[in-house]
Amino acid sequence: MREYKGIFYRIDLVVVILYLTLVFIGWLNIYAAVFDESHNNIVDFSQKYGKQMIFIIAALFLAMGTLIIDPKFFSQFAWFIYGFVIFLLIIVIFSGREVAGSKGWFAIGGFGIQPAEFAKMATALALAKYLGSLDMSLTKFRNVVMASAIVLIPAVIVLLQHDTGSAIVFLALVIVLYRAGLTGLVPLAFIVLPGLGVLALLIPKVILVVVLLIVAGGFYFFSKRNLRTMVLISSIFMASAGFVFSVDYSVNHILEPHQRNRIHVLLGNDLDLKGAGYNVNQSLIAIGSGGVFGKGFLQGTQTKYNFVPEQSTDFIFCTVGEEWGFLGSSLLILLYVGLFVRIILMAERQRSRFSRFYGYGVASILFFHFAINIGMTLGLMPVIGIPLPFVSYGGSSLWAFTLLLFIFIRQDSSRFDLV
Amino acid sequence: MERIYADRKYIIIGFFLLIGFFYLARLFYVQILVDKYILSANNNVLRYVTQYPARGLVFDRNGKLLVYNEAAYDLMVVPRQVKNPDTMALCHLIGIEKSEFISRLQKARNYSPYRSSIFEAQITRENYGYLEEMLFRFPGFFVQSRTLRKYTYPVAAHTFGYIGEAGPEMIAKNPYYRSGDYIGISGIEKSYEEILRGKKGMKIRMFDVLNRDKGSFRDGKYDTISMAGTDLYSSMDAELQAYGELLMTNKKGSIVAIEPQTGEILCVVSSPSYDPNLLAGNIRKKNYTMLLADSVYVPLFNRALMAMYPPGSTFKLIDALVGQQEGVLTPDTRYGCPGGFPIGNGKIVGCHPHPSPLDLIGSIQISCNSYFCRVFKSIIDSKSYLSVRQAYESWRKEVMSFGLGKKLGIDIPGELNGNIPTPTYYDKYHGKNRWRSMTIISLGIGQGEIGITPIQLANMAAVISNRGWYYSPHVIRAIGRNDSMNMAYNTKHHTLVDPAYFDVVIEGMANVITSGTGTIAKIDSLTMGGKTGTAQNPHGKNHSIFIAFAPVQNTKIAISVVCENAGYGATWAAPIASLMIEKYLNRTIKRKDLEERMINGNLINGKQPESERVQGNILPD
Repeated sequence: MREYKGIFYRIDLVVVILYLTLVFIGWLNIYAAVFDESHNNIVDFSQKYGKQMIFIIAALFLAMGTLIIDPKFFSQFAWFIYGFVIFLLIIVIFSGREVAGSKGWFAIGGFGIQPAEFAKMATALALAKYLGSLDMSLTKFRNVVMASAIVLIPAVIVLLQHDTGSAIVFLALVIVLYRAGLTGLVPLAFIVLPGLGVLALLIPKVILVVVLLIVAGGFYFFSKRNLRTMVLISSIFMASAGFVFSVDYSVNHILEPHQRNRIHVLLGNDLDLKGAGYNVNQSLIAIGSGGVFGKGFLQGTQTKYNFVPEQSTDFIFCTVGEEWGFLGSSLLILLYVGLFVRIILMAERQRSRFSRFYGYGVASILFFHFAINIGMTLGLMPVIGIPLPFVSYGGSSLWAFTLLLFIFIRQDSSRFDLV
Repeated sequence: MERIYADRKYIIIGFFLLIGFFYLARLFYVQILVDKYILSANNNVLRYVTQYPARGLVFDRNGKLLVYNEAAYDLMVVPRQVKNPDTMALCHLIGIEKSEFISRLQKARNYSPYRSSIFEAQITRENYGYLEEMLFRFPGFFVQSRTLRKYTYPVAAHTFGYIGEAGPEMIAKNPYYRSGDYIGISGIEKSYEEILRGKKGMKIRMFDVLNRDKGSFRDGKYDTISMAGTDLYSSMDAELQAYGELLMTNKKGSIVAIEPQTGEILCVVSSPSYDPNLLAGNIRKKNYTMLLADSVYVPLFNRALMAMYPPGSTFKLIDALVGQQEGVLTPDTRYGCPGGFPIGNGKIVGCHPHPSPLDLIGSIQISCNSYFCRVFKSIIDSKSYLSVRQAYESWRKEVMSFGLGKKLGIDIPGELNGNIPTPTYYDKYHGKNRWRSMTIISLGIGQGEIGITPIQLANMAAVISNRGWYYSPHVIRAIGRNDSMNMAYNTKHHTLVDPAYFDVVIEGMANVITSGTGTIAKIDSLTMGGKTGTAQNPHGKNHSIFIAFAPVQNTKIAISVVCENAGYGATWAAPIASLMIEKYLNRTIKRKDLEERMINGNLINGKQPESERVQGNILPD
């Protein structure tokens, strides 16, 4: 008993409080989003808020359970967990239930479980395990390939489930690789390429290529002018130019029609507000109509009367924006950013490389969900259906995020133990 | 090596903060800087349902309901919410073609895809029954109840006027009105519009994405309550009005009856008329076009207020009064009549055979043209004035003090001034200082350029019976409560003629009835004053004119009757006026033969009836 008490004594309260706050905000807004005069009992289990309450209670038990497990368990069994989840990901393709076009759900009783949600945690563990090995260095190309494979294998399997959103999330782990020593060019490419793609769709490609040429020339002029930099800069330029010219083809032939529409909506090329642009337009109306102070709890009309689709799951931020206004939604964003920064700071204080890289994995995954989800509701990102961590309705995602976070909290609480 | 990469945490944290800040900025823009999302949100959810108040009722002087409302229903459409409509079924329900359906929907969409527009106006109660049962099949359509104007009696169409949708000009001018609102367009519906209409209310209701009603917005905090229109109590006698219209069957002309002591109008008949119900509801446009196209009957023309006639011999009464006031005439003044009044160049103003010479009373009784030409000549040539022009100006002022030649301010829109020519007019016509009494002598017998409307004639009769004063005639005597007063009509107007001069004129008018030109109008049980008039007009047969009041003492009714192209005043106008007086004062008609002859007389497209020959006792005037 004394030992357990010690663990709870050393857990990071700031993160736990941030977690609990977010979960509570989530529940409150799910309640508001589906609120109906005829179902106003907060423990009505036929309603989403009633179910979410069960999910939350279960998640709290899961968190407790995680905290009493020996912290070494996760690093010892990282590969095993990774392998098991990959197994589940494959199984679910053949025996899973199809929800909203993606075959990623196991039906257990009345609830559905989505292995892809847990795959992120498993991948973060495996990646931390691999990067944590003592002889590890990402300056070696072989290691980079290996680390990339750890991330990409589950991502590709999830993609096969037609769950593009969840698959993209794995790319967030590039932040971990960067922290572990991967050249900054890769994450930079992750930011630059989408931007370049957007520009390629918006302005004439020839102009864009000329601009790229000038930028490349500038880099070469101001760097050490030798053969090596010239080859590097030239190949980057060639790749970029090739990318620019292939964007049209990719958008028109590789993406599926609904994804193509979402790109066009984002770029403002598609003004059909009743068709593809409906979600984002209604989302902006809901958030924008909140004003400074919001309409007040349960007073939102756009979300309550179903103008916004998927309002309790992917578009839950609309309810926050509409009912709590600029003040409330800013607070939520600050809570998230606070959580991410806190996790990074915690990761940096780890003595174990495994714990540190795992912490980065947690922060990356949570951040990526946050950035895509809220960016989508604000019309800054294409519509990609991934949940807002801890806040969106749904058992699988809440449990998976809880597990993801509390495994790290458990590692952190034992950071003074001997490695 | 580890340490080198540790610095990368700053880049990573910085990136997190950057995205967070970027989103905060975006939120600031969307939620605070831009308004359009609030408008869109309201368009999504809120429906403004106008609450139309019931328009005020109108009662007659005996408390009978004249104008009321009946429920009707407007089918409204919100184009954005129309989804896969069963077009044919809806077309069938309201009886329109598919092409019409499409064009109406497009029109509504052009107005606003989010707001409701009228799709089909004023569906009757019976048709609404079917429609209501089927309406759930047509998302985007709903029904708004309205009221339809109804008239108990098919009479007094010109006085009541009609209501119609407010036009674009009115909407631009007065912010109260919105497209589809009704407004009084003519008659008392127009002049009492603000009183009758009440005040619109607005209910704000919320609808969800499936167009289900989700209750009132903010518990009705922003709703406004409609206020019913105020009722009007008319001075009109519905029975008398109906009787007047009956008597004027197949005649062009008008009857105006006034209660002299109050200026309250008892009836205003303009014939030919139409059933006011024809211009109520969605049949109005069709019927209005039809009535407007009728160039023979011109039923929309309100003759009582808008037709000008030379008053003919009825104007001799004014000569008699002004002449006394000007000191050129006394009751004992006698003039001989050699069958006419010579005006030079061998021309005469003709007169009919009668005893001669006559005094003032006798000349009124017999309606001697020569006598009143001399009276008029002596007024204009009076030595009291330095010039003809000055004398004429004084005469004109006194004439106009009887409410002639200017608007009386009646509460029915459209009345004309009439015309008492200005000296300037004669200057232009004859040349300055080139005209004198003999040039304009026909004014003395109510002919020439002078133009008087029937309402002015009736008011003139009222003024004489009152011995020199009147209240402006009006049809609405009380607003809101039966025992209140229409405060717009409590100013007493006095003539410029001394009340003392009226008795002799009134006596003359009484003699007209008992033993003068108007004996046909005599009612055994009543005393009455009257004056016949036969107005020449260049377009055809003379207009038959008669004014009267009764009883002579404590007068209850003053009346004018004009029958266009009907001959002598005594032929048609006098009997009709007499029957009206009998109807009003006795409530029953004893002279059934006369009544029948008047009702059946067709002066528009029938042959001129033989009655003129039959009635041997009719004297020309």
